[in-house]
Amino acid sequence: MKIVAVIPAYNEEKNIERAVRSVKPHVSEVVVIDDGSSDQTSEVSRAAGAYVLTHRINRGQGAALRTGTEFTLKQLNADVIVHYDADCQHEAEEVNDLVKPLMVGGADVVLGSRFLDKKSNIPLLRKLVLKGGIIFTRLTSGLRVTDTHNGFRALSREAAAKIQITQDRMAHASEILDEIAKHKLRYVEVPVTVKYSKASMEKGQSSLNSFRIVWEYLTGKLFK
Amino acid sequence: MLIQILIIAFAIFALVRVFTKFKARQLSIGWFIFWLVFWVLVGVVVLLPQTTEMVARWVGVGRGVDVAIYFSIVLLFYLVFRIFLKIQSIESNITKLTREGAIREAKEPKQDE
Repeated sequence: MKIVAVIPAYNEEKNIERAVRSVKPHVSEVVVIDDGSSDQTSEVSRAAGAYVLTHRINRGQGAALRTGTEFTLKQLNADVIVHYDADCQHEAEEVNDLVKPLMVGGADVVLGSRFLDKKSNIPLLRKLVLKGGIIFTRLTSGLRVTDTHNGFRALSREAAAKIQITQDRMAHASEILDEIAKHKLRYVEVPVTVKYSKASMEKGQSSLNSFRIVWEYLTGKLFK
Repeated sequence: MLIQILIIAFAIFALVRVFTKFKARQLSIGWFIFWLVFWVLVGVVVLLPQTTEMVARWVGVGRGVDVAIYFSIVLLFYLVFRIFLKIQSIESNITKLTREGAIREAKEPKQDE
């Protein structure tokens, strides 16, 4: 079983080495997509033991995930693809929990959820925004998931090939759920920990950005 | 009236641009004809405002000026729509090119450890 972690990274030279090294023991290969970084993200990732794909200009996280997926399916012949974050918000050991349902054969997609247990230290505002995202997803895709914008997921080879990400920027998370519904893929949620640190809050998505993501999602969905 | 002179001058300028862009092959024949007809029509309407009164009566709008404004707005929205679609397709093509390059030039992990 070949498991490949796909990590989109944009100007993550400070975090990417730790991300690659922490996840590597739990997977067969690590692929970092350097999404047009102006820093040393590519070099640091390679040195840490990852394949590196470089977007010459920044195209967004959704675009980077798709690049990683295409490469991983075609060139590395992966059986399982794990989406992982560059900024060390996830616990690397939890890769095993995500992959397990795929191995047992009960699911095509495994979604990490930070709301299934109480380990994550989610700030209140973020919690409210995410709950809004969950309601939004129920309305748009009909999926009853507990966490819609968690970047930690595992996909079988077949599921990864079916799920077409056309949203280049952040709205891809909703799009992936739509694709799961559309292709009637079997999915399960698994509790994962999301660590909120000062660094991750600065580098990551601002809660206000959720409005933009909804906008991108709607315009992308209606006008693609 | 001054306004007529100003708009006519601008229409002539625009027509010159339309011709030079067409000669430089930056404008397809279809769009060349579209813009040619458009700016000539603008000239006609400005020089002979009474022509719009005819159209106004025909389509059932009060004043000729109003007809010109209504048609302009509809045309503007449509052009914005076209540009919007074009930008989306350019964006998605840029992503595809970027992706192809990234996959073609994929680098393997450093093996020196």
